[in-house]
Amino acid sequence: MSAKEEILSRITSALRDAPTAEPIPREYRTTSDMPQAELIELLVDRLEDYKAHVDVVDSARLAATIAERLKDATSFVVPHGINEDWLSEAAPANDARRRTDTPGAVLGIPELDSTDAVLTSSAVSIAESGTIVLDGTGDQGRRAISLVPDHHVCVVPVSTIVRLLPEALPRMDITRPLTWISGPSATSDIELERVEGVHGPRRLDVIIVKGL
Amino acid sequence: MSGVFMGMPSLPVFGDGNLHIDEPFPAAAHRELGNTQMRANLRHATHTIRDKRLKVVGELPDWEELRDAGAATKNQVMANLPALLEEFEKNFTARGGIIHWARDADEANRIVSDLIKEQETTEVVKVKSMATQEIGLNEYLEEQGISAFETDLAELIVQLGHDKPSHILVPAIHKNRTEVRDIFLAEMPNVDPNLTDEPRLLAMAAREHLRRKFLSAKVAVSGANFALADSGTLAVVESEGNGRMCLTLPETLITVMGIEKLLPAKEDLEVFMQLLPRSSTGERMNPYTSLWTGVTEGDGPQNVHLVMLDNGRTAALADKYGRTALNCIRCSACMNVCPVYERTGGHAYGSTYPGPIGAILSPLLTGIKSEENSSLPYASSLCGACYDACPVKINIPEILVHLRGEDVDSRRETKKLPSQMDLMMKGAQWAFSSGKNLGLLEKGLPLGKLAAGREKKIKRLPGIAAGWTQSRDIPAPPAQSFRDWWKKDHQPAAATTEQEK
Repeated sequence: MSAKEEILSRITSALRDAPTAEPIPREYRTTSDMPQAELIELLVDRLEDYKAHVDVVDSARLAATIAERLKDATSFVVPHGINEDWLSEAAPANDARRRTDTPGAVLGIPELDSTDAVLTSSAVSIAESGTIVLDGTGDQGRRAISLVPDHHVCVVPVSTIVRLLPEALPRMDITRPLTWISGPSATSDIELERVEGVHGPRRLDVIIVKGL
Repeated sequence: MSGVFMGMPSLPVFGDGNLHIDEPFPAAAHRELGNTQMRANLRHATHTIRDKRLKVVGELPDWEELRDAGAATKNQVMANLPALLEEFEKNFTARGGIIHWARDADEANRIVSDLIKEQETTEVVKVKSMATQEIGLNEYLEEQGISAFETDLAELIVQLGHDKPSHILVPAIHKNRTEVRDIFLAEMPNVDPNLTDEPRLLAMAAREHLRRKFLSAKVAVSGANFALADSGTLAVVESEGNGRMCLTLPETLITVMGIEKLLPAKEDLEVFMQLLPRSSTGERMNPYTSLWTGVTEGDGPQNVHLVMLDNGRTAALADKYGRTALNCIRCSACMNVCPVYERTGGHAYGSTYPGPIGAILSPLLTGIKSEENSSLPYASSLCGACYDACPVKINIPEILVHLRGEDVDSRRETKKLPSQMDLMMKGAQWAFSSGKNLGLLEKGLPLGKLAAGREKKIKRLPGIAAGWTQSRDIPAPPAQSFRDWWKKDHQPAAATTEQEK
C-alpha cells in the first residue's frame, strides 16, 4: 500500500463513527457601508499604527508625491506594467536611477539587493486591519522586487479599499502569488515587544490616491 | 516509538519524533520552577501579549461569531478529510506542485532529505514550522550532512543558544533581551562586539547575519498555516519577512504540513485570517502573509513540493472525544493565558507542543501509554481560561479530563493489583454510600487532630495524598464533624443544656 493509500485508509477507519458536522454559521460581518472618507481615515490610522508613512493625495498630485518619496533613493525598481504617468516627476526620461523588471529581462538577486527602493501599485486593501494585497500583476511585479529592496513605496487607489476582509477576498485571484502586507517587516520575538524592520523592507511608504 | 501496528489500519497508528516528555510533568515542572529568571521573563511576556490580544479582540463586534464559524469549519474539515485531501492534491498538482505523503516522522524526514540532495546542496534556509520541529527534521538533516538555518528571529536565538523552543509562537520567550544579546555575542560570527540589548539592534544583527543566506539559498523548507482544498493554495503567516525570503527567492521550496491543516475554500480565509493574527501576536494583522498555488512561471520557486504528514494525526482523529484537538491553528493564545504554563514554562511539557494544547495534543498523537505522556493531561488546574481564549473553541478542559480517564483505565489494564487511587476510590464509594458509613468514618477526626499536634497543622500526608501537602499544610481537623455538631446543637433545649455541661 502506498503512503497515501495507507493514510487515507487510516482516516477512513478513524472516522468510522461517521461524525456529521453542523453547517458553518456565517453570522459575522461580511459587508459594510462605511463612506469612503471614513474608509481612508481608518486605513491611515491602521497603517500609521504599524509605523508606515502614509500620504493621501489627489491623482493630480500622485507623480509629485512619488518623486518626493523616492528622492533619497540612489536607485529604484519598477515593475514593467507601472503606469508611466506616475513616474513623470520621479524618473523623467533617461533617469539613470530607474531599473525596470520585465519578464524575460528580470533583475538578478544581487541587482535587487543593491537597489534602494521599489515602487508598486496594489490590488486591494483592507481598512480594518491595515492590510495591502499585492497580486503580482503588471503594475505590482513578481514577489522578489517588493521584497529585497529596503524601501517600498506602494500606491493604493481609493477604489481598491474595502473595510472588511470578507469584502476583500472576492477581489483576489487566489491562484496568483499573493502577498498581504500590514506595515513594514516587524518582530515581536524579544519579550513580545514589537520592533519594526527585520528582513522585509524596513521602510513602507503608502500613497493613497483619491480619484483612482 | 510506540504502538505501531503496520498494515493494520483499523488500529490507530501513533506518531513519533519530538512529541514525548521523557520525565513526568511534575518532576520537570518542579525543576523549571526553580528558574526564577525564566519565570520573571515569562510573566512579563505572557502578560504583555494577553493585554494586546484582549485589546484587538475587543475591537471586533463579531468575535464570537468568527469563533463559531472557525470551530464549525474545522469540524467539517475533519468529517470530510479524505475528500478534501483528494481535492487539494488534484488542484495543487494541476498547478505544477508535487505532493508526497508521509506516514510518520521518519518517512517525512527521508523525503525532505532526498529532495534536498537532488538539488546538490548542503544548506537550506528554513521558515519557522511546527511540523518540522515535531519530526526533528533539523537533527535528521544534520546527520545527513545538511545544515538547516532557522531564519525566524526566535528560532535563530534557540538554534544559536543550543536550546529548545518553549513556546509555539515565540520559541525564545523564556529568554530576556540581555540573555539574547549574550547568545548573539557568543555564537554569531562577525557580530559587533559592542552590541547592546536593545531589541531593535538585536533584530538588525539577525538581519545582517541571515541576509547572505537568503540571497544565495537554493532550497528553502517551510511549514504552512492553511491549505485551501478548492484551489490547491498554501498560506504562510509571518512577521519578519524571513518567510517571504524563503518562499520567494530559492529555486526549490519544500513545505511540510500536517494533513489537518486544510480549509475547504478560499472564503474560509476570511474567518481564519481574522482569528489567527489577533489570537497569536495580538495584532490586527500580521505584517506578512504569503499565498501560493503550485508553481507560477517567472515568480518564485519553480520546483515546489509538499509533504503531507500523518505522524499520529489519524490516531488523534480516531478518538471521538479528543479529535477536536486537531482543529488547533497553532496561535498559542492558550499558552499565554494558562496559569500553569506561565509558571512552569514550555520546557516542562517536553514535547514540541507545550501548554494546554500540548497537554492534549501530545498524548493524542503518541497514545496515552507512550513514555511519560500520560502525565501531561494532569498539567492543568482545569480553570478553563484556555477554552475561553481558543479561537476555534477547542474544549481543552473536557479533553484533559477525558485523557485522564484514558490514563487511569490503561493503568488498570496493565496492573493486577489495585492502585492506591483505586483503593481510595473504593473507600470513598463505601463512605459516601450511606450516612451511617460516613458517620463511622468521621469518628476518626480526633485522630487527625492528634496527628496535627500543637501547631495544629498536618505537614505531610501519606501515600499519593502526599502531593497535596508538598507545598501547603492542612489545618488540623475539628474535634467533631459537622454532622455530629448539628445533631448535638439541634437537640431539644433541655437536652442541649445537659449536653453543654
